[in-house]
Amino acid sequence: MNINDFLSSPPLSQHRPEPDDLIVLSSRVRLARNLRQLPFPGFAKKNDRVRVLETIRPAVESLPTMVDAFSATMDSLTNLDKQILVERHLISREHAAKSVGSGFVLNKEENLCVMINEEDHLRMQSLRPGLQIKEAWKAINQMDSTLEKKLDYAFSPELGYLTACPTNLGTGIRVSAMLHLPALVLSEQINQIVQAVNKLGLAVRGLYGEGTEALGNIFQVSNQMTLGELETDIVERLSKVVAQLIEHEQNARATLLEKKSKTVYNHIGRAYGILANAHSMSSKESMNLLSLMRLGFDLSLFQGADRILVDELFITTQPAHLQKRFTEKLTTEERDFLRADMMRDRLKDVSRPMTDKNESRRSPLDKPAE
Amino acid sequence: MICDVCKQNIASVHLTQIVNQETKKIDLCEPCSKEKGVDDPTGFSIADLLLGLGAAQELEQSTGGKQIKCPSCGFTQVDFKKAGRLGCSECYHHFNEGLETLLKTMHKGTRHIGKMPQFYRNTQDLTTKLVNLQKKLEKAIADEQFEKAASLRDELRLLNTQLKDTTP
Ligand SMILES: [Zn+2]
Ligand SMILES: [Zn+2]
Repeated sequence: MNINDFLSSPPLSQHRPEPDDLIVLSSRVRLARNLRQLPFPGFAKKNDRVRVLETIRPAVESLPTMVDAFSATMDSLTNLDKQILVERHLISREHAAKSVGSGFVLNKEENLCVMINEEDHLRMQSLRPGLQIKEAWKAINQMDSTLEKKLDYAFSPELGYLTACPTNLGTGIRVSAMLHLPALVLSEQINQIVQAVNKLGLAVRGLYGEGTEALGNIFQVSNQMTLGELETDIVERLSKVVAQLIEHEQNARATLLEKKSKTVYNHIGRAYGILANAHSMSSKESMNLLSLMRLGFDLSLFQGADRILVDELFITTQPAHLQKRFTEKLTTEERDFLRADMMRDRLKDVSRPMTDKNESRRSPLDKPAE
Repeated sequence: MICDVCKQNIASVHLTQIVNQETKKIDLCEPCSKEKGVDDPTGFSIADLLLGLGAAQELEQSTGGKQIKCPSCGFTQVDFKKAGRLGCSECYHHFNEGLETLLKTMHKGTRHIGKMPQFYRNTQDLTTKLVNLQKKLEKAIADEQFEKAASLRDELRLLNTQLKDTTP
C-alpha cells in the first residue's frame, strides 16, 4: 500500500476528538529496545540488520493493535514519502536517511508507530493529541509487554534495557509533549522558563528551526535521564511540569491582554493580514504567523471559523507536503508562491480578527465625526 | 567562537542544558548542528553530543590506555570515539568500568529500577522467595522444629529447580 493512501489527510487527523486543550498540541512516549547478541544498527553489517528487521517486523505486525497497519521497509519508500513522515513527526530524520535493513510500521489509528533499525533495533512510539501523557505511556507499555513475549530483548537486571547510546539506557523511555507558547515568547519570559525546566532535568527545545530558535512558538519538553528512575515517576514529573507550563502560558496571555492588548491585537491582526494577502511566503515566516493566528483563535478573535484550519496549514504548507501536492520539482521560490496561494485560498472565508470591544470604545484622540 | 564538533567553522548555534545540576554548554556550526540532529524533535539531547566529545576519552582513561575489544561484536574505544554509540548489548559488560562514571553524570542513578521483562520479574520473585525461605529454615532449625525444617527444605529444593529452569 502507498503511504499516501494510508495517511489520513491532515484536516482529518486534526479533527479527531482531542482533549480540550489549546496549549498542548500532542503527547508522546517512546521506548527503545534491542535484541540480545545482535550488533546495534549503527555497528551492524547489512545481513545482521536485515535479520533484525525480519525478526522484529513480523512480531510487530502480528500485534492485535497493528491490524490493518501500514508496514514498509525503508528502501521501499521514496525520499518524498519519508519527508512526509518526518513532517508528520512519525519518523526521525535519522530514520528517513535509512534504507535496506530498516523498517517502519504505523497502526491504522496513526497513534502507534515503530521504527526498526533506527539508532536501536526497535523504537516504538505512542502519540496522542493534546495533553495525554499518561494515556500514551499506558498504550506503549502494553505494546512493549506484548512484544517482549515474542522478542528476546537485551536486558540486564542492573542496567535495564541495553541501548546503542548510553543516554537511553535503563528504561529506554522518552516522554515528551509539544506545546504552543506564544505569550511566553511575546512577553519574553520564555528563556527564564526554559532554564527553570532544564534545572529539573528536562529538555526544552524549539520543535522547528535550528538550535535554540523556536519557529511557530512550538516547544518540545522531554525527559533527559532514563536510568535510576521509574517510568511512572518520569511520566509523572513531566506531566507536572507541563501542567505548570500551561499555567504560565495562560497567565502570560491574561497579563498581555490586560496590559498590552493593543500589542497583542496588532500582532494577530498583522499576521492575519499577511497570511490572507501575501503572494510569497517562506516556511519560516508562515510558521510564525500561523502561531499568532492560532493565538487569535484561542482568544476567540476569529468568530465563525475553525481553528483546525490553522493546525492543518501548519502541516500542509511544509516543503514535502507542498511537493506531494504539486510536483516534486519545486524550487524554493516556487514553493513560497504556492504556500502563499494556499494560505490566501484557505483564509478567504475567515473574516478579520474581531477586537470590537476595543474598537467601539473611541480613543480620546479621535475627533468626533463631523 | 569555534564549533565544538568540527573545530573548524564558526559556531552559530549555542546550546545550554542542565544535565544533573551541571550546566553543559556547546557551540556548533550550522552544518554540524544539522548533522547532529539538533533541530530534530525525535532525537537530540545534548548528552548525546557530549558523549561523542568527552566520553570517549573517559572510556579510554578507565582502561589505562589499554585497547579493549568487545569479543561479541568487535567494537573498540576508537569506534566509540567515532560514533558515540556502543556496538552491541554485550559491550556494556566489557566496557563496564569506563561507562560507570559516564552514567553517573548522565542519569539519576546507575542502577535500573524500572520495568523488567516478565521473565526477569519471575526470576526476581523466585529469588526473593528463596531468600525468605532460607531465613525461615534457619529459624526452624534454631528452634529445633525439625518437621517444619524438613518441609521448608523440600520447598527450597523445588524453588531452586524452578529458578534454574528460568535462567537463560
Ligand atoms: Zn562544526
Ligand atoms: Zn559489543
